[in-house]
Amino acid sequence: MTAAVGIRGVTKRFGDDVTAVDNVSLDIVDGEFFSLLGPSGCGKTTMLRMIAGLEFPTEGSIQIFGEELALKPPNKRPVNTVFQSYALFPHMTVEKNVAFGLEMRKVPKAETADRVTEAIAAVHMTGMENRKPKQLSGGQQQRVALARALINRPKVLLLDEPLGALDLKLRQAMQIELKDIQAEVGITFIYVTHDQEEALTMSNRIGVMEAGKLLQVGTPEEIYERPVNRFVAEFIGETNFIDGIATEDDRVRLADGTEVYAISDAPVGADVTLTLRPEKIQIHARDATNIPPERNQLPATITRQLYYGESFYYEIEIPGGELLDARLENIPSLRRWDVGTEVTISFHREAAEALTS
Amino acid sequence: MSVQQGTAHRPWVDRLLTINGWLIFGFLYLPIFILVIYSFSDSKIVGIWGGFTWKWYGRMFGNPEMMGALSNSIKVAIISTVIATILGTTAALALDRYRKWLGKGAFDVIMYMPVIIPEVTMGAMLLIWFTQVLPINLSIWTIILGHIAFSASFVAIIVRARLANLDDSLEEAARDLYANRWTTFRRVTLPLIMPGVMGGALLALTLSLDDVIITEFVQGPGASLLPVYVFGLIKRQVTPEINAVSTLMLGISMVLVFVSLGFQARSRSSEGNKEE
Repeated sequence: MTAAVGIRGVTKRFGDDVTAVDNVSLDIVDGEFFSLLGPSGCGKTTMLRMIAGLEFPTEGSIQIFGEELALKPPNKRPVNTVFQSYALFPHMTVEKNVAFGLEMRKVPKAETADRVTEAIAAVHMTGMENRKPKQLSGGQQQRVALARALINRPKVLLLDEPLGALDLKLRQAMQIELKDIQAEVGITFIYVTHDQEEALTMSNRIGVMEAGKLLQVGTPEEIYERPVNRFVAEFIGETNFIDGIATEDDRVRLADGTEVYAISDAPVGADVTLTLRPEKIQIHARDATNIPPERNQLPATITRQLYYGESFYYEIEIPGGELLDARLENIPSLRRWDVGTEVTISFHREAAEALTS
Repeated sequence: MSVQQGTAHRPWVDRLLTINGWLIFGFLYLPIFILVIYSFSDSKIVGIWGGFTWKWYGRMFGNPEMMGALSNSIKVAIISTVIATILGTTAALALDRYRKWLGKGAFDVIMYMPVIIPEVTMGAMLLIWFTQVLPINLSIWTIILGHIAFSASFVAIIVRARLANLDDSLEEAARDLYANRWTTFRRVTLPLIMPGVMGGALLALTLSLDDVIITEFVQGPGASLLPVYVFGLIKRQVTPEINAVSTLMLGISMVLVFVSLGFQARSRSSEGNKEE
């Protein structure tokens, strides 16, 4: 099957020394909600703009359903964009804004009117047709921007941090709404964001970018559970890093000489970093005997306790002197530990991953 | 003006400020007021009220030299404004759009020159340019060229300020919605910079209508403009006819100001701003 968007070896340089996007190749499947995730300046927006035609790649090819369009102007591409600032035309009403794309493509007036009504209804803005953008709230402008793009029935919809300007509650509501709209229209969405939580909850797949490079592509679970390197592990969620050396049988020797099991592809003797999420750690009494054999065990000391409402955070010191964070869900049966208590911590063999970079 | 209640409030400060306000108001507007009043006075001497009359207006409209100068003024103002507005707007677009081109920096500075350099210098420069470099005969067309030369800069500066506040993504959105470059300009860019363009045009019109110095340098024989003619008249004698023509010019200026204010108000409401 042809990919909705096929990106091959795309590089974008600004001037001589700025490489915004560095040799990115990626296939985006028809109908998926794909997020480009990364810190600001990682090249994700430039990548999106190249798909939109607002920038042209220095090298490489961009295809949409097999049609090469790396160097086509934006008005000749079957994609539409929802801009970060919404970019609604301030001198036009909601209705005129939404109708703009159809008008440019010379769709008959009667059909345009029907589709505008339909698109405005789809984003729950019926009754606001004659308002100007400045008379709308941020969330409403957002909906109009979405309607203005979707009315054209693009093959791919590009969204550049569309929820960035909204407050938290509205943001969360819009996340669900966007997801529903995407499921309804069945159009491929490419969503640029720096918010890892947003990417995890909304996407079918995520591409993590840093310094112009695409580091990892995978489902939210793959990205979270099996990050390919330290950057991805740290950028998505919270994690602990423990330095060690890979030994035989997927084991890693820690600084104090104890060995633990982990997921590892590293050659024997290689320096590795274990990544271990705070919620994967359990805390037991020092003399506990009921710890299942598939869990690694380490003696440890509680050094700090923080109450977060829905959870408790414990900072624990392990024999090598490294400090780990553990997050325990605040359930009624939770046993609590005082600072200074000597305990045993455990984590599943597959909860820790040995990273080589 | 809201007055704060409290111990720091001293009524005599308020009174002093009020008096100061009226003094400034009087200083600015009393001469204009007197001029308008005496343009209707049936007496040759300003200061002595001789009863109401339209006489001076009649004489003004009956004076073929003055009417010739007035029609020249209007012709020059309209032609130079139209051309200066187009040139100034396109220059502003070029300076705003194209990040880097050879000589852009220099062009940027040169653009401001006509605003900075003294009018006498500019007049002399233009005179030398027209009569010795080109050389062409001085006529109403050299006046028009002279007026375009300085007012295009003012238009460019005002339009650029407007462009600087324009969100680039608006044009990108239009392109994304299948508009080609020309349609994008016509449907999005131009309507949004229109208040700047109109403001620049009105400024160009005003500058052209009351310019004396540059016109004095580049005018040809028999093609004078109203301000220059009035200036020449004053050198011979101050007549109430001058009051009448000044009142007429004041009236034209005020109409222009109101048109300009109306335009700004309309552009604000067209963007849906709430009442401020």
